[in-house]
Parts: sequence; C-alpha cells; structure tokens
Amino acid sequence: MHIDFFGSLPLLVIWLALGAIGIAIQAFVRNNTRLVFGYYSGTLVITALLALITSAHKGTTFGGMISIGGFANYFDVLFCGAGLLAMFAARPYLQRENSELDEFYTMLVSAVSGMMLMAHANNLLVLFVGIELMSISFYIMAGFLRTNIRSIEAALKYFLLGAFATGFLVYGMSLIYGATGSLQYDVIASVIGENRSQFPTLLAIGAVFLAVALSFKIAAFPFHQWAPDVYEGSPTVVTAFMSTAGKAAAFSAFIAVFAVLMPASSLMTPQLQLMLAAVAAITMLVGNVTAVAQTNVKRMLAYSSIAHAGYLLMGIVANGEAGYSAITFYVTSYTFMQLGAFVVVGILERGNEENLQIDDYAGLAKREPVLAFIMAVFMFSLAGIPPFAGFFGKYLLFVAAIESGYTWLTIVAVVSSVVSAYFYLGLVVKMYFTEPHKEHSHVSPGLAGITLFVTVAVSIVLGLFTSQLLSIFGTWW
Amino acid sequence: MNYAALIPLFPLIGFVIVAFFGKRLKNEKLIGGIASTAILASFVTAVMVFVGLTNRPEDDRSVIVHVYSWIATGSFSVDVAYQFDQLSILFTLIITGIGFLIHVYSIGYMHGDAGFPRFFAYLNLFVFMMLNLVLASNFLLTFLGWEGVGLASYLLIGFWYDRKFEGTRITWTGDAAMKAFVVNRIGDFGVLLAMFMLFNQFGTLDYATINAQAPGVLTAGGTAVTLITLLLFLGCAGKSAQIPLGVWLPDAMAGPTPVSALIHAATMVTSGIFLIARTNVLFAMSPTTMAVVTGVGITTALIAGTIGIAQRDIKKVLAYSTVSQLGFMFAALGVGAFTAGVFHVMTHAFFKALLFLGAGSVIHGMHHEQDIMKMGGLRKYMPITYRTFFIGTLAISGIPFLSGFFSKDEILWFAFLNGSPVLWGIGAVAAFTTAFYMWRVLSLTFNGTERFDHHHLHPHESPATMTIPLIVLAVLSVFGGLLGVPHVIGHALHFPNLLEHWLEPVFATGMSMLTAHGGDHTSTEVILMTASTVLAILGILLARRIYANGLETASGIAARFTGVYQLLLNKYYVDEVYQMFIAGPILALSRDAMWKIVDVIVIDGAVNGSARIVGASATALRKIQSGVAQNYALIMMAGIVVLVAMVVIPMLR
Repeated sequence: MHIDFFGSLPLLVIWLALGAIGIAIQAFVRNNTRLVFGYYSGTLVITALLALITSAHKGTTFGGMISIGGFANYFDVLFCGAGLLAMFAARPYLQRENSELDEFYTMLVSAVSGMMLMAHANNLLVLFVGIELMSISFYIMAGFLRTNIRSIEAALKYFLLGAFATGFLVYGMSLIYGATGSLQYDVIASVIGENRSQFPTLLAIGAVFLAVALSFKIAAFPFHQWAPDVYEGSPTVVTAFMSTAGKAAAFSAFIAVFAVLMPASSLMTPQLQLMLAAVAAITMLVGNVTAVAQTNVKRMLAYSSIAHAGYLLMGIVANGEAGYSAITFYVTSYTFMQLGAFVVVGILERGNEENLQIDDYAGLAKREPVLAFIMAVFMFSLAGIPPFAGFFGKYLLFVAAIESGYTWLTIVAVVSSVVSAYFYLGLVVKMYFTEPHKEHSHVSPGLAGITLFVTVAVSIVLGLFTSQLLSIFGTWW
Repeated sequence: MNYAALIPLFPLIGFVIVAFFGKRLKNEKLIGGIASTAILASFVTAVMVFVGLTNRPEDDRSVIVHVYSWIATGSFSVDVAYQFDQLSILFTLIITGIGFLIHVYSIGYMHGDAGFPRFFAYLNLFVFMMLNLVLASNFLLTFLGWEGVGLASYLLIGFWYDRKFEGTRITWTGDAAMKAFVVNRIGDFGVLLAMFMLFNQFGTLDYATINAQAPGVLTAGGTAVTLITLLLFLGCAGKSAQIPLGVWLPDAMAGPTPVSALIHAATMVTSGIFLIARTNVLFAMSPTTMAVVTGVGITTALIAGTIGIAQRDIKKVLAYSTVSQLGFMFAALGVGAFTAGVFHVMTHAFFKALLFLGAGSVIHGMHHEQDIMKMGGLRKYMPITYRTFFIGTLAISGIPFLSGFFSKDEILWFAFLNGSPVLWGIGAVAAFTTAFYMWRVLSLTFNGTERFDHHHLHPHESPATMTIPLIVLAVLSVFGGLLGVPHVIGHALHFPNLLEHWLEPVFATGMSMLTAHGGDHTSTEVILMTASTVLAILGILLARRIYANGLETASGIAARFTGVYQLLLNKYYVDEVYQMFIAGPILALSRDAMWKIVDVIVIDGAVNGSARIVGASATALRKIQSGVAQNYALIMMAGIVVLVAMVVIPMLR
C-alpha cells in the first residue's frame, strides 16, 4: 500500500497523539486535567502547523483512500483553530459548572480528527469513518453535564436521530457502489461524468441519500429538527463547537462528494441541483422565521445556524469553483462569528438555565460594555452588515448562485436575510437601548477572553481584507 | 514610493491608541503628544513624498500606491489605493502641517477638559479620514473619507454635548451637530448619484481612468456630463457650505475653537474645492455647470460677506468669512482658474486657521466669552494674540504682498478675464466687506474701551502651546503668498509663479477644453489690482472710523438703517425661510401625510401584516417542533420520500 508519510503528517500526528500518548496520560497520571488540557492544545497547534506546512504537497495516501494537501488542509487548519478556541472557552465554562473532566478534551480532539478525515476522504468508507468519529464524539460531548436532564436528553435525541441518518448514509453509499462499482471518489466521478452507470436510478437514489445524510449533519430542512433541541440542551461551549466546526466539516464533505456526484455532463445534475436549491430555500426561511419567535438566546442562535446552513447550500447548488470558494469563505466567517456568539452566551449564562432569555440581555451595554460590543459585532456580522465578514460571505454566495442561474434562490435568500436582521438587531437594541430589569453579578470570561478576541478580530479582518483572503484561498484548491 | 501609504496610517494608529488607551494614560501631555506626533509623522512623510515628486520628471509626477484590493468580484472592484500627485500632496501638506499646529494648540486649549482623550481621538480620526479623502485614487475611497470627515465633524461639533448653543431653532450643541449632518446628507446624496452615473458610464471609479477617458466617453456640454457635475457640485456645496446648503457652517461653531480652525476653516470645508479640482476635466466639459459654480460662488462670497458685518459672536464672523472666502474659491474654479482656486485654499488655510486660533486664544483668555461687544482693549493683556491676529486681518483683507493679496487678486483677475467686469465688481465688493468686518472684529476685540466686567474677568495671554502655533501661522500668512506670485508682478522681479507651474499638469487637460481667453492684459491687471487694494484699504479705514471710539457710531448707524441691520443680523432670514418653506412643510407632510396615512395605515399595515404572517408561521413551525424524537424521524422520512421523488421522477420520464 502506498503511504505518503510527509503528506499524511497532520493526520498521523493527531491520531498518535490521541490514540497512543493521550490515552496513556489519562490512564496513568492522576489529577491530570491541566496536563491534558495543555497537551491537547499543543496537539491542535502542531497539527494545524503541519497542515499548513504540507498544504502545497498535493496527492493521495493510504492506497488512494485519503487525499492530502490543498483544500483539505485548509479545513484542517480551520477545524484545529475552532477546536482550540472551543477548548479555551470550555475550560472556564466547565469549571463553573463543576464538570471539568479530562475526557472532554479527548472527545473534542477526537471530533477534530473525525472532521479532518471527512475533509481528507477520497473514498466513501473513509468519509463514513470520519463522520461517525465526529458524530459519536459529539453525542458524548452533548451529554457531558451528566446531572443535567436536558443535557442527557440532548445527547440521546442526537444519538437516535443521528443513527437514523447514518442508516441512509450507508445505504446511499451501497447504492452508489452498486451503480458504479467503486467507493473511490475519482472512479465514481469518471463513471458518472461519462454516464456509464448501468443503474442510473439507483445511482440517483444513492446520491439523494448521501445528500440526506449530509443535510442532517448541517441541519437543513427537513432534517433540522434535532438541532434546536440538541443545541439548546447541550453545554453552551459544546453547542458553540458542534454548530460551527461540525457544520464546516459537513460542508467540506459536501463539497468533495457533490463535486463527484454532480459533474456538469451528468444527466442527473440538474435534478440534484434543483433538489438542493429547494432544500436551501426552505431551510433559510424556516430557520430565520422560527428564530424570530424565540425568546431564548441559545435557541435563537440555534435557528440562526440552521438558516446559515441554507445560505451555505447555495454554494453547492451553484456547483462550481465560485460556489465552493464562496462556501469556504463563508463557512470560515460563520465558524468564527457563530462560535464567538455562543461563547458570549456561555459566559453570561449561569447554571439552571439562567440568563439565557433575550430579556436578560437588557442593558448589557451598561453592565458589560466590552462583552456587549463583541456580541454586537457578531450580530452585525451574522446579519450580513458590511464591513463585517458575514456580509462578504453572503455576497459571494449570492453572486455564485446568480451566475449559475439560480436568481430565485438568491431572492429567497435576500428576503430571509431581511427577516434575520429583525432578531439579530433586536438583540443589539436590547443590549444598548433598554434598561436592565434585574441585578446581575459581574462576569469574567477568563480564558474564553482569548476566544472572544480572536473571533471578533477574524470577523472584522475577513471583512476588511476580503479579496486578499480570497486569493489566498484560491491557492489552496 | 510605497512608504507614502504611511501618511494616512499614522493618524489611524494615533486614533486607535488614544481612543482605546486614552483614558488609562491619564496624562494630558502624553495623550496630546501621541496624537500630535502621529500628525507630525504624516507631515514629515508628506514632505519626503513631496521631495520625491519634485525629483521626478514633470510629466511623471503622479504615483499610485496600491495598498490592497478590498472587493474584487466580477465587474466590480474596489481598491484601497492612494494617488500621490501635485494636487493631493499639496492638500496633504496643508492638512498635516496645519493639522499638527492645531493639535499642539489644542493641548493648551483643551487643558483640563474632561473629554481630553476623546477630543484627540476624534481629531486624529478626522485627519485620517481627510487624508483618505484627498489621497484616494478612486471615488469610492474619497467618498469613504467624505463621509468619515462628516462623521468626525458631527462628533466634534457636538463635542460639548451638554452645553447650550444659540441659533435658529437650535438650543444645544447637539442640535448644531445634527444640523450640519443633515444638511450635508443632501449634498452627499448628490455625490452618491454622481458616482452611480460615473460607474454606469465608465465602468470604473478610478480618477485616472475617468479623467483620461472622459473626453471620449462623454460629449462635452452634453446632458450626462452636466448632470454628473451638477450632482457633484451639490455635494461640494454641502461640504463647503455654499448657497443653498451653507446654513450649517455658522452653527458648526458650537464645537471647540481648534475644531473650527481645522475642520471648518482650513481643511474639511475645502473638500468641495478639492473634488472639483480632482475632476476638473469633467467640469471643464460642462459650460453650464461652470456657470452655476461661478454664480453660486460669487453670490455666496457677497452674501456671506455682508452677513459677517453684523454678527456679534467672534466665531460667527469668522464662520461667515469662511463661507465668503470659499465662495471666492468656487468662483475661481467656475471661471476655469483652477490654480487660483487651489492657491486661495492654501493661503486661506494659513490666515483663517490663524484667525480662528487667535479667536480661540481670546475666548480662552476671556473665560469663554465670545461676544465681541463685551470685549475691547484686550491688546495689552494679550500682546502675542493681538499681533498675530492683526497680521491675519491684514492678510485676509488683501493688503499688498501678504498671502491673501496674491491669491485674492489672482481670482479677481481671472473673474474679469474669463468672466465679466460685473463678476469682478461683485468680487471686489465682497473683498471690501471682508476688509471691513475683519477690521471691525479687530477693533472691537483688541482696541478701544474695555467693555467687560473687571471684577469677574481677568483676561490673560494664552500658554506657549497656543501662542507658538499662532506665530508660525502668522509667518505663513505673511510669506505663504510668495508661492504664487502673479506673472504681472513676478515678471518684473524675475520671480516665477511656483504654484501654477507645479499644478500645471493636473489641470492641463481641463484647461485645454475651456475656451481659451488670452491676450496681453498686464496693464489692466495692474489697474484692477490697484483698484481692489484701494477698496480693501477703504474698508479698513471705514471700519476704523466707525469702531475706533467704541460702539456709539456703530449703534447710531444701526439705528438709522434698522431694516438693513436687522436683515444682516438675522442672516437674511435664510434659516427662517428654510424653516418656513422647506423644513416646516416637510415636517407637516411627514407628520400629517407620511406618518398618519402612509406610515400608520400603509406601512404599519404591511409590516404588521407581514409580522403577523411571520409570527403565525413561526408558531406553526414551533408546533411541528414537538420535542418528540419519533416525530422528527417521521418528518425526516417524509422529507426523504419527497426528495427522492423530486430527483427520480423526472429521470423516469
């Protein structure tokens, strides 16, 4: 079997760190939380650096099952970065909730390694392993507050529905294997591209099933219903991580798989595009409209993250490099701004679901001016107001959709953006123009301050230097 | 020359430091020092760029420094790029040079103010935006700076937001800031529309491309170019306080005096001149617009000049004087004397900044008294302020061989040459009023009897941080004019017109499109020059006669011409007219028609209706969100069936 050691370094390092050394530390060192925290932070940093170093080294490894270099490495860096930011935010949060166990960091890094496999997969089975590795880690993390009934409910619900979706994932893979005779991306692509499949209907059903399974992971309509319940019930830092990096990972797989399944020459491409466009349109409408009616900030953000999956799907519908680079840009922006917003929620929240109502944010600008300012930046960016990152991401997606002929989808997207401004800016109004209605104790973010600083900085920088960053992204393809 | 891009960067850094750490620094000298150093650094860099430009061949003195491209998608791209050429570097030197002096002055003037760091943060922000305005290589970046200086101006006019300020329908400084902002919006809207039209015609917003392609793309004298330039001029009239949008500037005096000197005299209000100079090719192509610019400019010069005669607030006199001088500059541009207009921007920046800072020194020494009727005899208490103010007065009045003399006479000469004798006449009368009201201010403030209460007021000279900038500006006001000595004088003395030569390439294309006026008029020029100088001296002598002995003569005259006096004192009732015919009807329309009918019934109906629809759908969607996992799985299953059907059924056909 052909193994390209240099190109595989990021994956090898994170696996060894997890499977060999990490487990040993946890088994033999007592009172190891700090050590494990430091160890895994270092692991993520090194993995990200290795991904950067090996990014120009494109090719395949492990007998062609894993692709290396290029855009997968970009996503590696994004996942490691998001994981690191989530770890910084998680430590003070878990300590406050008296639930800091070293296993948390293990699960987090294991989720990151699953995401990396998803982005690197060049074979449907590898994709399957990646998705499951990430999902199972998420199930555990969702239920991490073991004494909190809502956390347990979230974990169980996520697990049940996730297992249901996995069924379709595997079924879809087997249908595609049956129709094309291979699980390798490149082989499948050539069969579909030349319309050589003997069972085009089975192939189409298989493609739809893959779309269904991935839509479940990104929480697109009608596979989104788990998301508000799970996002609300999970510990807020976990929500912050899985609603952002998890979605980014699913999109990295979405891009790779649908670039294979929807070549321009294939007969089923227009139908798949139309199907995805319908899903995208309904997803953003449902996400934003339902968010309007929420009174709980965490739930509101959960619905907003559903809506953002809808915007991002526009890039898949556009089915071309413009769409994919728009997704890459937007998913990066989204990861930072949404993660930051959830972290702010996590800092303000107190046990037993206190301080989660929108009304609890009244007058926040007077009590916590810095935190309120940061939250306002995230809200503006999420609403897509220039010059923040969210605006340019949306702009790129809209342009990609229009240029591929989906003007109606863009109109739906603009209308639902307008709806979204209502609740994003509503929160800003609440923070700045209303008086606090009860006494609050002062909060201190601790390590999460680093997370907030980085996420705010990125939300602004991505907006100010859009075309520089886009041209850098261009070199990663 | 890439280091040139540092020029706007320094004030930005200064702004960030002072804005975020100003309160923690606590030390006033340190804060003021950081802010001033930032501007000084820009000035030094600008000087280096200037020297760099002079070392290049004359036809290659335009350097575009590309900083980065902000948006580049499809047919639309916006670059953050700065254009360093003869015009922009001249403005940059004025902005940073005078800006630095005013920063230093402010350290003394704002001493002890609770908002000290805030003030310097705003001031640095202003300089940053102003530099973006003049250095931009495209309309969009200029517009960003244009809006930015508007914002900084708003923040600084309303800097003492808790103080009262009197004006027509104005009670607080905040109202004055709001007025400036709102009036400017009208002009900005014009610039925005002009930008849309330009993009539509040229497919780009780059100055270089537009100026180069304009003769080919647009027809000279055509509707398109006239409309574009008129819209641009609307913006210029707003920013530079010309009729009909000039009403905000006198009220802008609510801000601290250094702000009035920097923003509302030396720099921001000249952006209109800058924009026309920058797009001189477009303006030269439309004789209609040029006529409008001339007409508006000269009318403003005269009307504002006459209003200045009757004002009692020292800063308001200077404000009307500024409006009047800006009118002169527009008149110059309108008759195609671009160089003369820009020259007057420069000399005006020197002596008007000097006069404002002098007024600030007086106000500082008089403990915030601004009414010249309650001053008098300050000469012995404030010798330096008096002497520098005296020089400024002579310079603005156009006394020979001071800076104002050269620039004003150049404008008047071109008004005669390219315009008409009538134009010259109006200008000369306006120049006469200038000399008159300036001498009036000088007499009432520094000479004659002391009309203030000695028991409560002890006037004193200002500290060195304030007087040194005054002295520097006084020197510049005396000698600054030598940069643009008119040919008729220069020829005899073998002294070239340096400024005209320097700016020649910038205006070459525009000038070539104007109908050439020529001929040897040197003897006429000398006669006109003498005539206007005599008029200016007459103005001074008349003011001296009336105000030398205090207020008796003046009040006698005012009593005899009550109607005229009231008309001037109330600024021709322009504010009232606007209130009655524009603001009032708009308010009534918006209250009775727009609010009660359109808003309440139509819009609220639609909004509430759509809100109800959104709300109802949200409620329905929430019901589907039952929380029961089995139901979710069921809906997923249904969704899968639909999606499979969507893809497979068309394939089976």
